[in-house]
Amino acid sequence: MADFRPTDASDLVSILAWAAAEKEPVEVLGRGTKRGLGRPVEAAHRLDLSQLSGIRLYEPAELVLTVGAATPLAEIEAVLRDADQMLAFEPPDWGELLGGEAGGQSLGGILSCNFGGPRRLKMGAARDHLLGFSGVNGRGEAFKAGGRVVKNVTGYDLCKLLCGSYGTLAALAEVTVKVLPRPEEEATLLILGLNDQAAIAAMTEALNSPHEISAAAHLPAACGGLVPGVAGSVTALRIEGPKPSVVARLGVLRELLGTHGEIADLPRGQLWQDIGDAKPFAGLPDHVVWRVSVAPSTGAALAGDLGRRLDIRHFYDWGGGLLWLAVAGAEDGGAGAIREAIKAGGGHATLIRGPEDFRREVPVFEPLAPGLAALTARVKAGFDPQGILNPGRLYRDM
Amino acid sequence: MHMPPPDEALIARRDEIVAGLRAIVPGEGVISTEAERRAYESDGLTAYRQPPLAVVLPSTVEEVSRVLRYCRAQGVKVVPRGAGTSLSGGALPLADGIILGLGKFNRILEIDFANRCVVAQPGVTNLGITLAVQHAGFFYAPDPSSQIACTIGGNVAENSGGVHCLKYGVTTNNLLGLEVVLMDGEVVRLGGKHLDAGTLDLMGVMTGSEGLLGIVTEVTVRILPRPSTARALLIGFPSSETAGDTVADIIGSGIIPGGMEMMDRPAIHAAEDFVHAGYPLDVEALLIVELDGPEAEVDHLVERVETIANRHGAVSCRISQNEEERLVFWAGRKAAFPAVGRISPDYYCMDGTIPRGRLTEVLTRMAALSEIHGLRVANVFHAGDGNLHPLILYDANQPGELDRAEAMGSDILRLCVEVGGVLTGEHGVGVEKRDLMGTMFNQMDLDQQMRLKCAFDPEGLLNPGKVFPELRRCAELGKMHVHRGELAFPDIPRF
Repeated sequence: MADFRPTDASDLVSILAWAAAEKEPVEVLGRGTKRGLGRPVEAAHRLDLSQLSGIRLYEPAELVLTVGAATPLAEIEAVLRDADQMLAFEPPDWGELLGGEAGGQSLGGILSCNFGGPRRLKMGAARDHLLGFSGVNGRGEAFKAGGRVVKNVTGYDLCKLLCGSYGTLAALAEVTVKVLPRPEEEATLLILGLNDQAAIAAMTEALNSPHEISAAAHLPAACGGLVPGVAGSVTALRIEGPKPSVVARLGVLRELLGTHGEIADLPRGQLWQDIGDAKPFAGLPDHVVWRVSVAPSTGAALAGDLGRRLDIRHFYDWGGGLLWLAVAGAEDGGAGAIREAIKAGGGHATLIRGPEDFRREVPVFEPLAPGLAALTARVKAGFDPQGILNPGRLYRDM
Repeated sequence: MHMPPPDEALIARRDEIVAGLRAIVPGEGVISTEAERRAYESDGLTAYRQPPLAVVLPSTVEEVSRVLRYCRAQGVKVVPRGAGTSLSGGALPLADGIILGLGKFNRILEIDFANRCVVAQPGVTNLGITLAVQHAGFFYAPDPSSQIACTIGGNVAENSGGVHCLKYGVTTNNLLGLEVVLMDGEVVRLGGKHLDAGTLDLMGVMTGSEGLLGIVTEVTVRILPRPSTARALLIGFPSSETAGDTVADIIGSGIIPGGMEMMDRPAIHAAEDFVHAGYPLDVEALLIVELDGPEAEVDHLVERVETIANRHGAVSCRISQNEEERLVFWAGRKAAFPAVGRISPDYYCMDGTIPRGRLTEVLTRMAALSEIHGLRVANVFHAGDGNLHPLILYDANQPGELDRAEAMGSDILRLCVEVGGVLTGEHGVGVEKRDLMGTMFNQMDLDQQMRLKCAFDPEGLLNPGKVFPELRRCAELGKMHVHRGELAFPDIPRF
């Protein structure tokens, strides 16, 4: 058992060349905040990338940022804020949800898991913002892909593949991301007291209007508490942009959505950060937590169906397309029922929080159809033929 | 430009292979006569021509799957083709390979407004998707210039962009799902109507893979509500530098226009002579900035952009007052290629991307290259995202001019890479930029990409000779070169 802590890319090559030669699996860690997420890694050694940190290039006028892969997200966000810019996919922070502290994760970590927050709906996921990277594969070979410009179709888009690979294809050394201007103004409109179906109908009407909704979520009464002074359910819609635009759109939307229920304004605050961070479930440590991505129009029926079969709490993001579930008491954490329920409409369910032995037994990620599973395994072998990078993290045999 | 040497033994078996294909795809679905094959000999990169062994036009997924299984068993290479509008030779046929045309997959399967998506077969045109949903106030955002002809399947293969991708993203940012047939006939579904892959994003890597990984048989795209207003500014500058500074300042002040296009003096004159859009002729650079969105926002931003442009010494600035005028502003830009075609017998369109801030330097050095090679160049430029389209003017009837145009094009692309850019922003590598891949990627980078290809197509039968400068066998790529005895960590316990 060893703890490797490379200080630069060539160190990283030596370590993984050794691991490949000796067939010694390693657990790849950025800042380690998501160790409790995913299948437990079956590796004796740890590859701690935390020294590959620091801002290497930031050109606000080019909307581009290059950093060491394990650079703390907090450090990056502070620098971007100073230039009125942001990572538009609104990276969520699940430190508290996973039983630790918030504020510790790295950019490479969030890219590797491809997590996006409420703005993912409009501006894309982490995968839509990674422009290029360098890293080392499971053969111990340094390679790079992509570049530092947005318009780029030179070679395969390996950036997409690395996002969502959970460190199973390569250890990232450096990443280049697209950054965007922070909106000058934001406003959130609330509709009070809607049931799930009515909330999704209201969100759909708003999202299908040309008023550029940047986030749409629904918190049933049982997941209340995020909006001070409101006891019932809350449907929240965010608009962003230049001030005159936000003011004008607020007016139009208030009228458009007034037919759905009582409208209220929400002062700028923590709501969207809390929704992205799944705050309603951080205080339910005994519940198993799932994140389910489905076609938005199927979300409410899905939650209704599961509510009859399981003891759940739930809320919606992404206009109904992202269903967060906290399940209590079920032996398999609800895995069987949830996966059965999404089969008809398509989608995937990811176990975000659960005890370690449980995550070893219950498939954490959506099981793949046989042809797709075989292809996935071949892709993995193309990067890591001996399975030394995070073995078991995604699937039992990979 | 060299293609892999054709397999003469396989070509000699043409009749047998055609018969085998006819057993799968009946009637007119298999094309074998020389005259009819010739219709497929080229794509949008017309400098290269090669009639294929045969052309197969399947009409069901089952047929695609059986054709691929047959070709794999017989060792027949397969070149996929949508509408054949590739500008990089992505659909250039092989003498010993079939063209697999997806033209019969031309139906929109589902329009789902509740989930803001459209499910289409790959042969539906890009514009066809927008036309199918515009009655309800929606559109499909990526809009390559060829959108009237190019297919959504081809857009997926090339990860196509367009003038509005600065704000709305390119194909990959607007896709939700794919159905793909692999070379072994296996049909896999990637994504659907939901967001994100959950684990490995194989849809993301299929997009832009230039027909080397699989055949797309169904596409699910996101559609967006059409912005309520769009207005354009037509701004003239005394130099490309002041125009470039304006672009940087617009973005630096937090404005992301729907489109932001630049033209240089030769392109302005060619376009104005052709369509009489009212472009100023006494300027060195022209910017078209389009702002779209809610009316209040557009009016506000138009004012801000005008202020920025004036601060940088704009010599003229017109703001579209109605839809008709906005379209006139665009007419010159959209006709820039045919307009240049009028002032030169032939032109060669390049597609590098550079960091925006290096624009002036690149244009200056491009002018020097123009001197060296003795060829004129006109520039149109997606200024917002740094994607250059230099048009090199030449005459194919003059001996040596095509070679000089290609040499100059290569020099321009090397220059793009040198300043931190890339070889291709939206047209693809194809055969055109294949041999320049080494300027951007080293052998290890390319080997890793080819190993991905091996996971999809271990025999290398799908579109060989494209993208990669060298064909390597998967068995060779998969070998591990282990240097025992040089272990970096001798102290680690071994098991």
